[in-house]
Amino acid sequence: MRSNRWFTPWVLVIPALTWLLVFNLWPSINTVILSFTNARPIGGGHFVGLKNFETLLHDEQLRWALLNSVIYMVVCLPFLTVLPLLLAVLVEKKLPGITFFRTAFYTPVVASAVVVALIWQWILDDRGLVNGLAEKLGVISGPLPFLSDQWLLLLSAISLTVWKGLGYYMIIYLAALGNVGRELHEAAAVDGASPLRRFIHVTIPGVRGTMILISILISVSALRVFSELFILSGGKGGPGGRDNSVVMLIQQYSQGFEGNLGYASALSIVLFFVTVVPMLVLARLNRRGAEA
Amino acid sequence: MTTVTDRPTEAPLAVPSRKRSRAFGFNSVSPREKVVRYILLVFVLLITIGPFLWQLSTSLKGSGEDIYTRIPRLLPAQPTFSHYKEVTDTIPVLDYARNSLVVAVLVVGGNVIGASLAGFAISRLQFRGRKIVLGLFLATLVLPGEVTIISQYVTVREFGLANTLLGVALPGMIGALNVLLMYNAFRALPLEVDQAAIVDGANAWQRFVYIGLPSVRGTISVIAIFAFIGAWDDFLWPLIVLTDPNKYTLTVGLQYLSGTFSNNPRLIAAGTMIAFIPIVIVFATLQRFFFKGVEEGAVKG
Repeated sequence: MRSNRWFTPWVLVIPALTWLLVFNLWPSINTVILSFTNARPIGGGHFVGLKNFETLLHDEQLRWALLNSVIYMVVCLPFLTVLPLLLAVLVEKKLPGITFFRTAFYTPVVASAVVVALIWQWILDDRGLVNGLAEKLGVISGPLPFLSDQWLLLLSAISLTVWKGLGYYMIIYLAALGNVGRELHEAAAVDGASPLRRFIHVTIPGVRGTMILISILISVSALRVFSELFILSGGKGGPGGRDNSVVMLIQQYSQGFEGNLGYASALSIVLFFVTVVPMLVLARLNRRGAEA
Repeated sequence: MTTVTDRPTEAPLAVPSRKRSRAFGFNSVSPREKVVRYILLVFVLLITIGPFLWQLSTSLKGSGEDIYTRIPRLLPAQPTFSHYKEVTDTIPVLDYARNSLVVAVLVVGGNVIGASLAGFAISRLQFRGRKIVLGLFLATLVLPGEVTIISQYVTVREFGLANTLLGVALPGMIGALNVLLMYNAFRALPLEVDQAAIVDGANAWQRFVYIGLPSVRGTISVIAIFAFIGAWDDFLWPLIVLTDPNKYTLTVGLQYLSGTFSNNPRLIAAGTMIAFIPIVIVFATLQRFFFKGVEEGAVKG
């Protein structure tokens, strides 16, 4: 033990701790401080009291952004909790070439949201793949305005998020499936349970905890959406800015002469409270489930 | 360690008993199930990879070729690389790629070094305040990064690093989550190994290098891969920090490109492929470590 001096652990911890304090903890406190100022992107700014929060209450753009966030979350949740689990079951069995499929299914996760959104922009364009095919098949007479209609744009961004998220949650489920007892599955099979029944009665209860964790991850990331909506709407937030997300509003106030870091910070605080809610709800759900 | 978790990966070729055909699925796959599985796999493959192939195809289609036909053609009739040349000539895409690479390398280096040092200290060394330090790292997980992004920008600006690549890289160079992942990985090591090393007179640093590090290579590679992909793909933070188009990273540059050439999908397609192909190559090369690391983490967690 003599070679282990008291400061050794601290020498190892200090770089990470410094980063934590400078880039996480201090910014959290500073966000609150800034939200009471009218700080500008160029510098300066002074105390304005609760003015930013009063403005928030009457901000129509924020109301749309919050509505969009809620819709985003509600639509993404069922798709992204269920589809990746089915995918994980599909790639779980070690068939020849399965690694290739796993890697390929993960590709959309690896690609930048910007790249993915630009690809989808071209697919959903008035003259793009989807409209072209649909017109060819005679399903529609004119192109559907996926990128210029308020609700279709939101829906397009949601589909993009779901598509891009499949592989990510698939991997988390895959890891969880490894922990579901094989014995249980085998016992159920010997007792004559069909694969579907085994999925419902063995697999799903076995990954229940993971499912709740994934629900939290999905909710929080749906509320934080930025790149998909930003790129698909060409940075404009859709018609009349009605397709903004809260993060898009924060970004808009972060730059230029019109920028207001104080107001952006007040919006950040809104974002914080909005994301905390689903976390608390689902964490509670988890605890109750564990007791039952 | 892995032998415990390794499942029999291949079906024993011994004759499977016909009578227990219901339990068939476990050690082997019936031919019919196999066919169904592969059909589904290919179906999902088309959904996940299709859009990328479509974009690749658009980027290779000649300027004279109609890309708006009602009958979409996947294979270009007049394949050409000219759009790639045009993109790199008009917009410094290769400079953007280099900028992204610089940021990604800094972030990977910082995380691998910083997170493994801290993770080792918190999990393997006794010191006063250890619990508090661990609690601090855990606490930050609750906070979505976007919430603090504005005041992070103010901090970086005060360091005089606004509009610099270092400013883009710096905040992400040691992630709290990575510290916790390393903490978890180091904790899986039996304490007796450490005690034996201490008896042999090894100090903390020697235990870190010779005992700790070799056993957490899986987690380190996962962290490195994720840090690289995260830095390469990040959009919001560089968009806020960088104002000078010469310093743009690839994602910010691409968005700029799409605004400039919004009427030419072939050029945008070429630009996206320049950003996409390197990351796919990186991932395809390292996916072995990635999937192994994920499984390792799952077993230990």
